[in-house]
This record gives sequence, structure tokens and C-alpha cells, in this order.
Amino acid sequence: MTRSIFPRLQVPVMLAVIVLSCLTLQGCGISDAPVLNPKGPIALQERNLLFTAFGLMMIVAIPAILLTVLFAWRYRRTNEKAAYTPEWGGSWVVEAVVWLVPAAIIVVLGMLVWNTTHKLDPYKALASGKPAFKVQVVALDWKWLFVYPELGVASVNELAFPADRPVSLEITSDTVMNSLMIPALGGQIYAMAGMRSELNLLADGPGVFKGRNTMYSGDGFSDQHFLAHALSEDDFDAWKKKASGASAVLDAKTYLDLREKSVANPVAYYGSFEPGLFDIILRKYAPIVGPYESEAAELICRGAV
Amino acid sequence: MLGRLTLDALPFYSWVAMGGAGVTVGGGLLVFCLITYLRAWKVLWTDWLTSVDHKKIGIMYVVLALVMLVRGFVDALMMRAQQAFALNSEGYLPPEHFEQIFSSHGTIMIFFVAMPFLTGLINIIVPQQIGARDVAFPFLNSASLWMTAAGAGLVLISLVIGKFSQAGWTGYPPYSGIEYSPGVGVDYWIWALAVSGVGSTLSGINFIVTIVKNRCPGMTLMRMPMFTWTTLCISILMTFAFPALTVVAAQLALDRILGFHFFTNGDGGNMMMYANLLWIWGHPEVYILILPAFGIFSEVVATFSHKRLFGYQSLVYATACIAILSFTVWLHHFFTMGASSNVNAVFGIATMIIAVPTGVKIFDWLFTMYRGRIEFHPSMVFTIGFMVTFVIGGVTGVLLALPPADYLMHNSTFLVAHFHNMLIPGALFGYFAGMNYWFPKAFGFKLDEKWGIRSFWFWIIGFYLAFMPLYVLGFMGMSRRMEHYADPNWQPYLIVAALGAVCVLIGIVCIAVQLYVSVKTWGSARDVTGDPWNGRTLEWATSSPPAPYNFAVLPEVRDIDAFHDQKILGLAYLPAERYEDIVMPKNTMLGPVLGALAFALGFAMVWQIWWLAALCLILSLVGVGIRACNDDTEFVLPAAEVERIETERLAQITPADLHDMREYAPRGAASGAVLTGRA
Repeated sequence: MTRSIFPRLQVPVMLAVIVLSCLTLQGCGISDAPVLNPKGPIALQERNLLFTAFGLMMIVAIPAILLTVLFAWRYRRTNEKAAYTPEWGGSWVVEAVVWLVPAAIIVVLGMLVWNTTHKLDPYKALASGKPAFKVQVVALDWKWLFVYPELGVASVNELAFPADRPVSLEITSDTVMNSLMIPALGGQIYAMAGMRSELNLLADGPGVFKGRNTMYSGDGFSDQHFLAHALSEDDFDAWKKKASGASAVLDAKTYLDLREKSVANPVAYYGSFEPGLFDIILRKYAPIVGPYESEAAELICRGAV
Repeated sequence: MLGRLTLDALPFYSWVAMGGAGVTVGGGLLVFCLITYLRAWKVLWTDWLTSVDHKKIGIMYVVLALVMLVRGFVDALMMRAQQAFALNSEGYLPPEHFEQIFSSHGTIMIFFVAMPFLTGLINIIVPQQIGARDVAFPFLNSASLWMTAAGAGLVLISLVIGKFSQAGWTGYPPYSGIEYSPGVGVDYWIWALAVSGVGSTLSGINFIVTIVKNRCPGMTLMRMPMFTWTTLCISILMTFAFPALTVVAAQLALDRILGFHFFTNGDGGNMMMYANLLWIWGHPEVYILILPAFGIFSEVVATFSHKRLFGYQSLVYATACIAILSFTVWLHHFFTMGASSNVNAVFGIATMIIAVPTGVKIFDWLFTMYRGRIEFHPSMVFTIGFMVTFVIGGVTGVLLALPPADYLMHNSTFLVAHFHNMLIPGALFGYFAGMNYWFPKAFGFKLDEKWGIRSFWFWIIGFYLAFMPLYVLGFMGMSRRMEHYADPNWQPYLIVAALGAVCVLIGIVCIAVQLYVSVKTWGSARDVTGDPWNGRTLEWATSSPPAPYNFAVLPEVRDIDAFHDQKILGLAYLPAERYEDIVMPKNTMLGPVLGALAFALGFAMVWQIWWLAALCLILSLVGVGIRACNDDTEFVLPAAEVERIETERLAQITPADLHDMREYAPRGAASGAVLTGRA
């Protein structure tokens, strides 16, 4: 047993190495993996943190892996030449090193965590020369509704914003828990009914990025994705025109229809929306009794006519 | 009369459902026919099912775990196959089935593979390691086993009658609430968890008391073997963590059945409370699964390095640290819920602190190997494979503990890869190591080593092939639980992952072959001495398999490696001067009866057959009442019988069977000749 195990190790390990390296070398899309190649400063800082922490941990991880293989080989039973100290069961020096070195790394990482968690708080408004572009987002089964208070329009499964401004998303859900993420621009945040969460993102420049719900939410979950367009000034004006020119109007009744379950909903634009729609959807789940502020609010909160 | 149960619950609506039901029913029938053919019903009932012997209960736990491992793995294989094909297509599984499969895979692997596997090994070994004749509460032990089996039964029957949950193994509301999941699936999940959770809580209590009260003379806390230490720690975790799960499952059940609003979207419900409560159980649970494996690795690495365990005290303190810290990190499962930076940062740092004692353990095992004489027994090979692979999982775990990095990786396949990277090497490899290591103790003969090594290679290569691509896919933005996808770049990785799953399948087949070959040739690999590996701890002092009472005379301990010490001093294998009567617990059918009632109660609650539920509950209480009033639960094994068993055992051992202790530092009797051990 002892002798035969190592020759046997070579073939399968080589095979695994070949398969994996082929994959990596060919690329197979890894070169444009959104997390590794971010397209915005927030995602970039998050990725850099990932890399820094990874590097720091290699100080412990690489010796641990190498020493395991080395010791297993060097002190194999058949190697009579190697030293053998069967009663040796402790050493303060070794103990001090194995407790203190990882502890020191964790102290460094801990400080890093404290600073970056505060710096990259998704709720924090981004410093930029221009004011943030506000979008209200509602998670529905199984699509995303984007409401643009600044423009007076709304869209489904397509997010557009001016590339040179930070985008500030206010997020809620009118169904189960969802989680909104545009990996190339930054991390995600949950969307929960009756609650308002926030996500502040910024793109490096114009571009189209994939976004999706990452939190499993039922049968249509796989298709619950959208494209986020960071647009140049001209393109954004054109988009604005296209959206506001749309004949559809997102009033209370249309909203109730939209809220019905649908899979792979096509992109849609609404030239206008019910005033205060986002707040009404939030209010729907609040434990408030009493008169509704409008007929539309009553319709949306009760969910039916 | 039958609540919600109608003929529509039968699986004639799709071929996938019919296939699953067919395999389940067919498997059950096959086992039934086999037992009937072997005329084994009576033996099975009197010697096994009604037994309160901790060793037999342990074996039954492990058998349950292995059966459920096959079921859970078939789920995994089906998911990998689906994702390998489902580029821009529905694949072969509609969402409804895919969702049930990933929900049952997680539920089965955690609750009905890992939990019974570790509880089984603990049952077989811990009483022997502490020099005890039994656990503190033998009947409670039997009840725990049958509760766990009842939970597993509920998951299995959901394939045949009705459907299983589609809400994932974590069952997050509001999706798992009645509004979004009106069927019986989530109810099956709730009652399977609740019933087996009661069993786990009782096991935890049983082992705390056993370890605190039943240690033999001289076995101080700081002389307990590492496996016993990890068992003590996780028993405490089980006792404190599982009630949180039971409560949260009960709350969800109240929401679903009686229209409460604990976790609903509106009317004052708050789904965030569910996430908190679930993970207050869920994170300690991770360590409940992993710590016993750490204990096993500690035993295996010392035995097969033929060397004293390095840094015993350090390992004990590291274990205790991990156990305590495990209750302080639950929030890292939902950094993206929108907590403030202070909260996220505190929980992130707490999580990373756990990496320190865990790292210490790895290095202590490393230095146990240093200057040892390492023997590549399958359990040692699993240990080495674990050490290398687990480091990678630890690194990705710390990455996920950084809240801003977690914002990117949460809910992605990176997360899936991470926790499989912890649980397959960290828990399952440990259990396999334990199975290979302690099999002769349980059955009296060794497992075939060749097939053990083969199963290791297929498992570890399969693991890397299946999960390294998932790490990459996480970077590429793939979410977990996707039934199909549109990005062609993902497909090659998913195909490799599917090949990995096939590789693991071969690993499982190797284990089956290993068991088959070993049973077939058992005569040639018999363990006469009870100590096949030159072991160091007390479980090797008993015969293999041990007598019902384990120790005829309770051992006296004066060293951490108690049995090693006895062998060196020539105190092993000595007949006692005088044997005494031993009081043993009687078998009882109440354990399986309670299990059957728990199963029926769960089934009745799922289908809302209220009269049956009430009846089962009343009968269970009556059963427990009768047991409490019964004073005739023990019998006496006379001293003469004990003497006969012991003399017979010692007569079989010849000096040639004993291990040569001269390779250890010459001290005690070993400094002279080969240890004969008998007067």
C-alpha cells in the first residue's frame, strides 16, 4: 500500500491539472468575468479587497499545503532515513508561531474589513462631481420594474442611466425576497417587501452590463435578468425620448397586471407612472389601517379591485 | 377523514416524479424481500431495531447515513446533468423538479447524511474512548435514532406521496410561506426537520451527560481523546443550537397552518427574523458537522504517524474556541440584507477570527506527521487529502467573510463551491476516515485497503473537478440554483463539474465494492486483538467487536494515550483478578414505536389529518409514561458469564498478534522484548 500510492497519484493529478489548465488557458470567458474585470470603481475596490485578502492568506495557506505534501512524503513509513521521534508531542516555539502568525494576519485583515466595510457601504452616497441619478426598483415575479422619478418614466427589465453620474437605487419587493446585482458595477443587496434598501453604483463609462436577481425566488428565477445601460449624454437623451414616448401608462391597474407572475418578461417602457408608486408599494405591507391616500393606493395595496 | 390527502398526491403527473417514486418503492420492496428471503426479520427486530446497545445504535445510524448519501448524491448528479445541458434550453428537468431536487439534496445531505453519520461514529466510539460501559441514557439513545430515521422517512415518502419543498434547504420565507408555496412540500421539509431535530437535541444531551459523568477512573478532562473532546463540544452546540431550529420551524408551521404572521410580507411579519433564527442554528451546525471530523483526523493522524498527537492542549483549546465563536458569526450568511457597516464589520471580523484556531489545528496535525512514520492507510490518505483541500476552502471562507467581497460573491456558485469545499473534505472525508479506521472495532474485521484508496482518489479528483469550476463560475456571475442559463461561456465549466460528479459516483461505487469485498473475505482480515492499527486510545483496549459491556473491568487511566501507555507498561490484555456482575439495559421496542409514531405524526401534520396527529401525540406520551413507570428495564450479566467471555477472548490472542512496541522510546516493559502482555 505504502509504496504503490505515489505512482498512482501522478496519473490522476496530471489529468486534473491538464483539464483545468486547458480551461483556464483557453479563457472560456474568464477574461471578461465581471467580478474579475469590473467596470466601475465600487466593483473595482471590492475586487481589489478580494485580491489583497487572498494574497495575505497565501502566507499561511501555501506553507500549510506544501508542508502537508512534503511531510507526508518525507516521513512515509518506508523512509527509514528520516528522523523519528514518537514521543514528541509539543513545542512552545511551534505553538507560538502557529497561533500568532495567523492571528497577526487576522489583525491586519480585521482592520482592512473595518475600513473597507465602512468605505464600501452600499448605502453610502458616492462622491462625484454630479448629483446621483435616482432610480426606484421593485422586484416582481419574475422581472424587475425600474421607476425613474427624475424622468417621469418607468421600464421593465431594462435599467438606463447617464454614464457620468452615480446611480442611486432604492429597492423594494412586491413579492418574495430578491437580491439585485450588477456584478460588473458592484455588489448586491436584498429586495424585501415593505422595506427599502439602497445600492449606490458608478460605471467607469458608457457600457452595457448584465444584472440579475441572485436570490432564488421560484419557477421563473433563471430568467429574471436585465441589462443595465450606462449611456453617454446623447444616448441617454435618446433613451429618455424613447421611454417618455411610450404609449403605455403605468397606472394602478396596469401595475396590478404587471405584478402577475410572468417568466422572461420582454423589455417594456411606460411613458408615465402612478405618482408615488414606490411609496405605495412599500406602504402595502406596512401594518397601517385607515384610509388610503388615493384610489390608486387602495387598489395597489388591496391587490385587486 | 384524510385531510388534504387525495389520489392526486400520487406521482402520475410526470415521468420524473414517477421515476423517483418507482425507485423509492422498488428499493423498499427489494429490502423487504431480501430480509424475508434471509428469514432475518426476527434477528433484525430482537438484535438490532429494539437494541439499546450504543454500538448497534451507532451502526444503524451509519447505515441510515450511507443509504441517504446515495439518495442525496443521485440528486446532485441530476442537478449537474441538468446544468451541463441547460444552455438556453429547459434541459431535461422542468423548474418544478429541479427546485425539489436542490431542496432535497441540501436537506438530505445535512440532516440525514452528515448528522446520522457523525452521531453513529460517536455512538460506536465515544463510550469506549472514555472507558465507559454505555451511554448515560441508553433508551433515549434509541429514541434519538428512531426520531432521525422518522425524519428521513418523511423525506423519502415525499417522493411517493405528494411533493417535496421547492424552497431550498434553508426554506427562506416569504417564499416558503403559504402564499407563495401552497403545496405540501414545505410542510414535509418542516416536519422532517422538526422530528429529526428533536432526535439531535436528545443526542446532544445524552452525550454531554455521558462524557461528563461516565468517564473511567483517571480520565480527567485533559486526558480525554480529541474525538471525545470534539464530541463534548458539539453535544453542547447541538443542545443549544437545535432548539432555535425547532422554534423557527414551528413558527413557520404556525404561519402556514394557522395563518400566523411571523414571517409573512405584510401584517407585521418579518422575514429577516427567520434568517437570523435559522442561522443562529445554522452556523453552529456547520461546526457540529466539522468538529467531530476534526476529532477523527486527530486520532487517525497520530495512529498512522505512529507518534504522539502534537499540541494536544492547543487542539483542545482550539476546539473550544471554535465551539464558542460558532455562536457569534451567524450574520455572515446575510451581509447583503442591508445591516449597517458596523454590524457587518463586527460579524466579518468575528468570522475571520475562527480561521485562527482552525489554522492551528491544521498545523498541529502537520507537526504530528513531522518526524513520524506515516502509514498510508485509507483513513490517513483521506486525512492528508482533507488537509490540503480544506486549506483552500478556508481561504475562500475568509474571502466571503469580508463583507464588501461577500456583496460580490453572495448567492453565487462561488458560495456553493465554498461550502462544499468545507463539508466534503472537512466533514465527509473525516467520516470516511472514521469508517475505515473504526470498522474493525465495530465488526471484528478490517475493510479492504485497496478499494479504500481507490475510493479516495475518485472522491478527491471528483471533488476538484466538480467544485473548482463553480468557483470560477461565481466570478463569471453565475447565481446558485439556476435551472437554465443563457451564457454560453458557462457551459464548459458546467460540463467539467458534471464529469466531477460522475467521478464522485465512481468513488461511491468503490466504497460499495470495498464493503462487498471486505465482507466476502472477512476471515482473512480478522482483528483478533481488538487493536488492528496499534492504536493509542481506549477504544482499542476492547475486543473487536466489543462485548456488550465493553470493559469487563473499568480501566485506570494515567496518560492522554491511555491504551498506548498500557501496552508500553505491559498492562494490556491482562485477565482481571476478579470479575463482577454487570448491570445492562434491556432491549425495548419503545424506540422504534416512538419513531413510527413520530413519522405518522409528521405525515398527519403534512396532510392535515388532525385526528391521526392527535392520536400519535397521545400514544407517544402514553408510551413515554409507561416507560417512566417501568422499573424492570435492566438485567444482570453474571460475573461467571463475563469471565467466560473474557477468558475466551484472551485465549485467542497469541504473542505473534501483538504489536511490537520497541519502536517507541524504550521505556517500561517495551524496552525489553516484544510485548507479550500476558502473565
